[in-house]
Amino acid sequence: MSGGGREERMLGIVERARAKRARFRDERVTMAHGAGGKSSQALVEGLLAPAFDSPAMAELGDAGRLEVEGLDLAMTSDSFVVRPIRFPGGSIGELAVNGTVNDLAVSGARPLALTVSLVLEEGLEADELRAEVEAIAAAAAAAGVEVLGGDTKVVERGRCEKMYVCTTGIGRVDPRASLATGAIRPGDRVLVSGPIGAHGTAIMLARDELGLEAEVRSDTRSLWPAAEALLEAAGPGLRCMRDATRGGIASALNELAQASQVGLCVEEAALPVPPEVAGAAELLGIDPAHVANEGMLVAFVAPEPASEALAALRAAPGCAAAAEIGEAREEPPGTVLVDTAFGGRRVMDMLAGDPLPRIC
Amino acid sequence: MKYVEEFRDPALGRALSAQILSLVEPGRHYKLMEVCGGHTHTIYKYGIDDLLPENVELVHGPGCPVCVIPMGRVDDGIAIAEREGVIFACFGDMMRVPGSRGTLLEAKAAGADVRVVYSPLDALRLAKANPERDVVFFAIGFETTAPSTALTLKRARAEGVENFLCMCSHVTIVPPLRALLDSPGFELDGFVGPGHVATIVGLRPFEFVPAEYGRPFVASGFEPLDVLQSIEMILRQLAAGRAAVENQYTRVVPYEGNPAALRAMEEVFEPRPEFEWRGMGTIPESALRIAGEYAELDAERRYPPPGERVADPRECQCGEVLKGAIKPWECRVFGTSCTPEHAIGACMVSPEGACAAYYNFGRLARRREPV
Repeated sequence: MSGGGREERMLGIVERARAKRARFRDERVTMAHGAGGKSSQALVEGLLAPAFDSPAMAELGDAGRLEVEGLDLAMTSDSFVVRPIRFPGGSIGELAVNGTVNDLAVSGARPLALTVSLVLEEGLEADELRAEVEAIAAAAAAAGVEVLGGDTKVVERGRCEKMYVCTTGIGRVDPRASLATGAIRPGDRVLVSGPIGAHGTAIMLARDELGLEAEVRSDTRSLWPAAEALLEAAGPGLRCMRDATRGGIASALNELAQASQVGLCVEEAALPVPPEVAGAAELLGIDPAHVANEGMLVAFVAPEPASEALAALRAAPGCAAAAEIGEAREEPPGTVLVDTAFGGRRVMDMLAGDPLPRIC
Repeated sequence: MKYVEEFRDPALGRALSAQILSLVEPGRHYKLMEVCGGHTHTIYKYGIDDLLPENVELVHGPGCPVCVIPMGRVDDGIAIAEREGVIFACFGDMMRVPGSRGTLLEAKAAGADVRVVYSPLDALRLAKANPERDVVFFAIGFETTAPSTALTLKRARAEGVENFLCMCSHVTIVPPLRALLDSPGFELDGFVGPGHVATIVGLRPFEFVPAEYGRPFVASGFEPLDVLQSIEMILRQLAAGRAAVENQYTRVVPYEGNPAALRAMEEVFEPRPEFEWRGMGTIPESALRIAGEYAELDAERRYPPPGERVADPRECQCGEVLKGAIKPWECRVFGTSCTPEHAIGACMVSPEGACAAYYNFGRLARRREPV
């Protein structure tokens, strides 16, 4: 194409602009800041990380690491504002446990204990509250974590929608884990632990705003068994993991491509997208790669142990559809490319804006 | 999904790609315009550029409904959204299009009640659920979406819903095409025509393209194979020295269009004397407004907006992108100060916008091995 050299130069300028640290320069918080895409990244990297300047923050992992008298711990916190509070495959209580458990798990830490805070709306029916408390207890038992304590607050009717749940979790970093967001090397393989886009699609359908009907269940579950299987199979060959929640796998892949300064090349045909998810995304004009998951991780594994790691992953509960979806390359650093099933190639960027607010 | 996958078969794509290669003269440069933003999206999403010979260039046309809305119109929308008691309903993309005082998303954060809807019927439902408020639907789009707005207004009237109003910003495709063809220095070999618009208006309105301007026009579907086949059909005409209106999208587009939809539009809308297009200036009779017995459902009557013309920011070159005069990456702010998360121009907002499609999908993909 004419002017190819100039186009390359212009794109070089664009990439350098993209590589700059995200700045938070909005006048107000908008819904986009909660969507897990570029605006969320600007909020975290541009405002929060610099304010709480600590080495653990700078790593921008899913959980912070802390060493206490030789004991290697991980700690994380998460809040849940999903609407509606119950949806096919799960509920806000179950999500609140698994979300925090998973942030620990993908940091290579065995989840040990949680605290739970509830913000309740005046007028919430006791049965609804009871159901969520039971869901929290059941999910904690399933994940093998103890609920140590918590807090409750009540706000006036209309000041919150039924309930918000905040959980804080602590875990012990597994001795087999040597994970870092900057550890991915060219040649490493990219694995996903299961089908993508189920949680976001289930919420969207549960809201019944679209007049669509399909049987899609949230994938919410503890990812510790999957993480442990990978740690056991790949050992130091496991570079890092991330649970692909808000912003979908596109956010997870882009954040890690940037942190490790590698190019990630994904085979579109290898992405496990359930047909119902693909159908709903097609109708709404959104990319399944941008749709939230709540029980799916992306793992980066050195080439040698990759096939063994994939086999181990597939044996973990809920991970039968785990797949290798691509690999890391030297070029282009900080970018995710997709080889389309049609034979072309495109960029997979992070989500901009917010197609589906309050998904978790 | 089975139905669409047939139109995404890579083997058929490669076969069409080979046919296209056999149709082009090596020394000749071919410049084809895909009019519709849906095509732009398909081209980048599937990497169709990668399947074309070097000397076939695709330029992006003015057919993205969000991108053509001028800043002043966004300001008008925000002014109505800020009125006491109004619920302002619009499509998600429209939320992030910058006006001169920010976006609807920012207006929402500042207190305006702005809701995302997926169809005009969603907005009507919102009106029925909130009888004490006025619900204003920001209607945008070409002839593709205008009939559903018309039918929703008819239904609102039939059901006696009095609090459903519409801020009509529907536009029509032929006037901007003519304006493009008439603009000095405009060079183009043929059009990949807007298949969805043609579904409504039929093919007759496009006969002027070959008849008066001697360019081929092929109404095209939106799957990757559709677009490739349309390009092949245009190149075939060019190779034979012909120019005609042809229909690649026969599974959907009838020659006469959709008479029922056209009747509904006729009943509810009338042409505006003129309408401002982002970056293209004012084009006579290029948009629709609510007319006749439906006029009282026109939000601009109940809540007269400022209606000021606002010049695009000086650095923004959306107009040139929309006219196919420059490539997205040639714009002076592309990808640096204008990005999907902080857009200066509308072309960077909608997934159908040429700049957003190129930024999101096309970037870097160009460092490719030859086909």
